Amino acid sequence: MSKKTLVVIGNGMVGHHFLEQFTSSPAADDYEIIVFGEEKQLAYDRVHLSEYFDGSTHSDLAMGTLEWYTGQGIQLHLNEQVTGIDRETRTLVTPRGSYHYDELVLATGSFPFVPPIKGNDSPHCLVYRTLDDLDSIRSSSEGARTGVVVGGGLLGLEAANALKSLGLQAEVVEFAPRLMPVQLDTDGGALLRRKIEELGVKVHTEKATTAITEGEDARLRMNFSDDSFLETDLIVFSAGIRPQDALARASGLEIGERGGIVIDNHCTTSDPHIHAIGECALWEQKIFGLVAPGYTMARTLSAVLNSDQEAAFTGADMSTKLKLLGVDVGSIGDAHAQTPGARNIRFNDEQAGHYRRMVISEDGKTLLGAILVGDNSHYDTLLQYALNGITLPANPEALILPESQGGAPALGPDALPETASICSCHNVTKGDICCAIDAGCSDLGSVKAETRASTGCGGCTALLKNVVDCELEKRGVEVSKDLCEHFPYSRQELFHLVKVNGIRTFRTLITQHGKGHGCDICKPAVASILASCWNDHILATDHVPLQDTNDTFMANMQKNGTYSIVPRIPGGEITPDKLIVLGEVAKEYDLYTKITGGQRVDLFGATLTELPEIWEKLIAAGFETGHAYGKSLRTVKSCVGKTWCRYGVQDSVGMAIRLENRYKGLRAPHKFKMAVSGCTRECAEAQSKDFGVIATENGWNLYVCGNGGMRPRHADLFATDLSDEELIRTIDRVVMFYVRTADRLQRTSVWMENLEGGLDYLKQVVLEDSLGICAELEEHMSNVIDTYQCEWKTAVEDPEKRKRFREFVNEPEQKDPVQQWTSERGQRRPVLESA
Amino acid sequence: MKARTCWNAVCTIDDLVPESGIAVWTKDGPVAVFYMPHWLPALFAISHTDPFSGANVLARGITGDLKGAPVVASPLYKQHFNLKTGVCLEDDSVMVKTYPVLLDGNEIRLGIPEDQREAVAA
Ligand code: SRM
Ligand SMILES: Cc1cc2nc3c(=O)[nH]c(=O)nc-3n(C[C@H](O)[C@H](O)[C@H](O)COP(=O)(O)OP(=O)(O)OC[C@H]3O[C@@H](n4cnc5c(N)ncnc54)[C@H](O)[C@@H]3O)c2cc1C
Ligand code: SF4
Ligand code: FES
Repeated sequence: MSKKTLVVIGNGMVGHHFLEQFTSSPAADDYEIIVFGEEKQLAYDRVHLSEYFDGSTHSDLAMGTLEWYTGQGIQLHLNEQVTGIDRETRTLVTPRGSYHYDELVLATGSFPFVPPIKGNDSPHCLVYRTLDDLDSIRSSSEGARTGVVVGGGLLGLEAANALKSLGLQAEVVEFAPRLMPVQLDTDGGALLRRKIEELGVKVHTEKATTAITEGEDARLRMNFSDDSFLETDLIVFSAGIRPQDALARASGLEIGERGGIVIDNHCTTSDPHIHAIGECALWEQKIFGLVAPGYTMARTLSAVLNSDQEAAFTGADMSTKLKLLGVDVGSIGDAHAQTPGARNIRFNDEQAGHYRRMVISEDGKTLLGAILVGDNSHYDTLLQYALNGITLPANPEALILPESQGGAPALGPDALPETASICSCHNVTKGDICCAIDAGCSDLGSVKAETRASTGCGGCTALLKNVVDCELEKRGVEVSKDLCEHFPYSRQELFHLVKVNGIRTFRTLITQHGKGHGCDICKPAVASILASCWNDHILATDHVPLQDTNDTFMANMQKNGTYSIVPRIPGGEITPDKLIVLGEVAKEYDLYTKITGGQRVDLFGATLTELPEIWEKLIAAGFETGHAYGKSLRTVKSCVGKTWCRYGVQDSVGMAIRLENRYKGLRAPHKFKMAVSGCTRECAEAQSKDFGVIATENGWNLYVCGNGGMRPRHADLFATDLSDEELIRTIDRVVMFYVRTADRLQRTSVWMENLEGGLDYLKQVVLEDSLGICAELEEHMSNVIDTYQCEWKTAVEDPEKRKRFREFVNEPEQKDPVQQWTSERGQRRPVLESA
Repeated sequence: MKARTCWNAVCTIDDLVPESGIAVWTKDGPVAVFYMPHWLPALFAISHTDPFSGANVLARGITGDLKGAPVVASPLYKQHFNLKTGVCLEDDSVMVKTYPVLLDGNEIRLGIPEDQREAVAA
């Protein structure tokens, strides 16, 4: 039997999700699949579109890969708009040809509505929907000072933030009397407005633009109906979206009065062979402008095409939880209390900037809707009450009151029914999570991989973690955060105890807050905390027994009990004279010499007794310890940069040396690495480091939390075009925040992955000072920097400390008989078979 | 036929840092001596040789207590050894030699068994 042809028009988020679902279903074998996309790019994550301005590229945002499409046998036509449908003959027309279909799926999404205002066709009047739109905004922003967004809804505020991030003075013009009229009420809108204005984005409400003309002080002038005007260099229209139903309309399919392709519960249009899903579809007079309902339609349609009689789209939850310009906003269900008899409970703390409103049913038993502004911490609990119809407590106001005023703690994951939807993007219920755990998933990562929960919009991350932790605990899997049997605290908690109580020794800490005598887990962890806080010499008598051998002897132990020596070579720059000294010392002590992966030289095979002698010589020649042994800064790798390289735009070596000298010696939860590249060619591989710096024409871009090693992770772009001082201040803050909050032996990459709120949260803390701790972080850093000492220098100068470096204290001449040597490629190496 | 024990002075208490070890050379090879002021007795001595790697490194491990017993963690691959019995906590079929040790004034004396033949001859 020859295969039928299934054509999908539109390669957006929903179209792609449909293909993922359909290709893995049995019916896929019966069809040839052809996909048409009008945009140049493969389907990408429009929800995170704004990240494009933070340095994400199309491939970061892409939903799939070309290889995947080819692998599935899908014929993909990008940059090809379908211009007509002939339903009689079941053919499609595009500028490049005509194609037959047996089943047709319309996933054409929507387009931004541009109000019919005279002058709206100026080249500096733009919209915010596609990557191409963002390119246009970026180029229009060149040479611009100000930008206005028309529309104070969810997307408008996001666009305003984008303009701000492009360095423009942003303003918002809204027709309605308040911001986000669809999701918020008057009080909520007013609070949001106040907060946004505090961030420097001016808001104008109740303004209707009548014409756009040439400006005097800026490129454009917006004239309003009340005869006032506003000048600006560019305008982004974000006045709502309209379903992209042009094709359907032209081919005579049933269309809603205000647009949208009418579909039934099977996502089928008025033509049984044509289906519509996503933002172009109109179901029961409703358009769903969010991705989760579109995904649900995609899954429904895939099931329908597999002849699943039961499959039906039955509407979707339109609740939203957002952070707009850093302000929490949440809207759940019937936020405007339109259900007959609905009653309201409001909590408004103007001082703290928190507004919460609950809409409850007439009988007071169920939560119908809610509005939150300023603090979304109640969102998950309220959403679960609303979605699952959980009976409200007798005093429902406790759900939104602060705990100090008798508020109830959040609804524990245990109280949720099995059917509770945890991740609406991927339709994962609490029951699905329990199944995954019972099938062997034993941590958050594997549950995510198995169920795909929290891999969509990410809104459910915190809830998912709570459910997983709770279920694991119930099954007896220990999710204990205790450091070890001696301390019932996590590293963060210990850090806090040390800092707040001014504790300076391990003994005090364990006597006051722990039990027993400690072990090789807690001792080095506490040593690192003490060092981060007080920066005493690591060989101070109290600290000696706490350190790992590498720290005690300030060198890495090798397999035969000898040590390696790694002098610091900041930025990888070294004078010929110093190179000669390294060679001479290595020759004198017969040390195996190797260039490391960190742009410096490692000398292997020194005995304990030789270590101080060798260091004495190196220090005399101007070397310092390289901390190759410490949980501290390793190297700052650099490329040669502007000084020599024809492409370089900044002095990357200079900056690398400056950074290395600044952070050397600082003790952290784990080692951390940095690199500085002189231009985007990235010869220093900065994006694989904990802190990566890449030069730009205007300064430096900072990337954070990258990792090579066992599980490589690309660093995230954190801030752009920083001056030298801004760069250093930003790194100071991130490093210190990491030092304070990470777990023991947690690299920055894993720390970031576990940081609730992720990159955005870190940006708020560090760039916007949302916790109000930046001054303290900087001060802490400068104390550490001021008390830096080369540990080796202090050690070789102190006879008491030198006493530690004796192989056998009673027999100075005795050699360790286990250390046997042979030679290879002209150098000494240990005999591998040990005694 | 009991082997004779010879109480050799190997070092002084000032050579030791509380809660940590040092290595000494004896007729019986390298021995690790630990000073644990919070235990009774406060001195322990075990073989300095890590049975898992063969390297002479145990004196350089981190000390502490696990499940109530005094231990040292090998600095190479982190197995723990009970300082009283020498038994490895991770694998009780592996153990290191232990030695009696005492403090005589300022001096630390190790009880090293004399070579069997020598003992007979004497
Ligand atoms: C010497 C060197 C290899 C070489 O011959 O080039 C090296 C050697 C060691 N590495 Fe490394 N690493 C060396 C560069 C790297 C790099 C490359 C880089 O830094 O550009 C990486 C991957 C990048 C990264 O860390 O993100 C690297 C990832 C690791 C890891 C895995 C870390 C991870 O997060 O997965 C470990 C294990 C650990 O730290 O727990 C490790 C641990 C070690 C230790 C300390 C293992 C040990 O405990 O004995 C090795 C001892 C070195 C010594 O005795 O001096 N080494 N190691 C490099 C020293 C660079 C330097 O000058 O300081
Ligand atoms: C900035 C921004 C932020 C957003 N934030 C959120 C959020 O936080 N949460 C949320 O749930 N949703 C959010 N959304 C909405 C979300 O992106 C949409 O709901 C989702 O993209 C809808 O998917 P879709 O496939 O229906 O439409 P689209 O993703 O728009 O895809 C439709 C595709 O079809 C193509 N097409 C149209 N006509 C034709 C034709 N004739 N021939 C060929 N191709 C055609 C279009 O070019 C387009 O590529 C956001 C949207 C934007 C723009
Ligand atoms: S990163 Fe740029 S400046 Fe540095 S060496 Fe490479 S090309 Fe040159
Ligand atoms: S709700 Fe969007 S990822 Fe889970």
